[in-house]
Amino acid sequence: MSIKGKAYIAGIYEHPTRKAEGIPIAQLHAEVAKGALEDAGLGLRDVDAYFCAGDAPGLGGLSMADYLGLDVRHSDTTETGGSSYLLHVNHAAQAIATGKCKVALITLAGKPRTGGAPPGRPPMAVQPPDLPFESPFKPTVLNIYAMVARRHMHDHGTTAEQLAWIKVAASHHAQHNPHAMLRDVVTVEDVVNSPIVADPLHRLDCCVVSDGGGAIVVVAPEIAAQLKRPKVRVIGAGEAIKHMRGGKVDLSHSAGQWSAAKAFEEAGVKPGDIKYASLYDSFTITVLMQIEDIGFCARGQGGRFVADGGLISGVGKLPFNTDGGGLCNNHPGNRGGMTKVLEAVRQLRGEAHPAVQVKNCDLALAHGTGGYLGTRHGSGTLILERA
Amino acid sequence: MNDKTKDAFSADTALEAYWSAAAEGRLLLKKCEDCGEVHYYPRPLCPFCMSANTTWLEASGDGEIYSWSVERRGAPPYAIAFVALPEGPTLLTNIVDCDLDALSVGQKVKLAFETREERPVPVFRLA
Repeated sequence: MSIKGKAYIAGIYEHPTRKAEGIPIAQLHAEVAKGALEDAGLGLRDVDAYFCAGDAPGLGGLSMADYLGLDVRHSDTTETGGSSYLLHVNHAAQAIATGKCKVALITLAGKPRTGGAPPGRPPMAVQPPDLPFESPFKPTVLNIYAMVARRHMHDHGTTAEQLAWIKVAASHHAQHNPHAMLRDVVTVEDVVNSPIVADPLHRLDCCVVSDGGGAIVVVAPEIAAQLKRPKVRVIGAGEAIKHMRGGKVDLSHSAGQWSAAKAFEEAGVKPGDIKYASLYDSFTITVLMQIEDIGFCARGQGGRFVADGGLISGVGKLPFNTDGGGLCNNHPGNRGGMTKVLEAVRQLRGEAHPAVQVKNCDLALAHGTGGYLGTRHGSGTLILERA
Repeated sequence: MNDKTKDAFSADTALEAYWSAAAEGRLLLKKCEDCGEVHYYPRPLCPFCMSANTTWLEASGDGEIYSWSVERRGAPPYAIAFVALPEGPTLLTNIVDCDLDALSVGQKVKLAFETREERPVPVFRLA
């Protein structure tokens, strides 16, 4: 059984806040839920399925269904870190395809900037089994991703300047987004001259830390047919987890290699067919790895692919993250998967900023990497088309 | 590590031999007697075949840097690394007592132990 064409993204909303002083996380969830339902032309009573991840307060789906006032017959709290929301769209499509629900609401909200969980690893009620074998060595999100970058440089001759081009491209897009945290266009020199935070990554190789949130409404085809907004169809999805395999550590690729292959197979399209890509950009290296994993270029060629504006809309061969992405716009709750879906939907609707809108954008990809690229992470790939 | 965490791992009977050896400066890996794979961090059930027939294997102490980074935020900076052991597994560790500006992939390293939060943990020095 396939989800191809069985579900549509009917509503999206991105919270405009980047600093939610005095607003609790539950309220942010409610505000984005309302925004996405209004965008779709649906209401609270239409929702019959709810999806959230580890950013939701309290008992997650239970606390949020209570707070929002939802009556649902299907729920899913799949947690793969920042990529969770891409998996949620896949799971919502599966549930719709099998008749378990018709209107699925997915929400994310977080405020690492003004309180709540600090950036990095979320608090865990039960400590992970790897803890006494890893935490004494002070792994951080930064240095774990940095080791992937270091290995890529060693294996393929990738340079800091090539990685910097990814930030440069994101900044070119962010200048057009009035909500973006960083709207100044930066140069390769700006990135490589910013302080090293964890060799070989610089401060400007990192995403922003922001408050905020977003929501998605996924609906059955018969619901989509009654709605007025441009239709975006889910035609392929894939997910995978990669970890340290008992010590067989391999930093040469991410789980995206597996999740993307499944998504392309289901959609029946190829990487070369994609007109726009939302790529998880916690760090510049995250983008580079995914470009190779997804198959936009050959292994080891990512540095050359992104250099000289390769990712800038209207300039390069693969326009990416035209909202400015996590690198410049927004990384709500330290989780970038939601905003990846949102901008892909805007592109397919033709509702991205005119300066970055991809012409005739009828096929887009959204991809997320959640967790820690160098140790254990979950990848989700979605392929979406304009219906 | 808070007290609760420490207690949880100290109470883990499957790790008693590991911590005892570490206190003597010896690093124990796990070997599966059924599938032959060596794994780390140690688990009672083999992550390659799920056999419970796993035994301890002492690491030679040799290693090679697979990748590394120096965390520069805050003070003092420190080197984190993945070190590949000749026995098979690659482990997350620190490179200590080294010039932080002179590390490279492929460098040979040698096992040492340091006490962190009251536990002996395996770190490496340049060989």
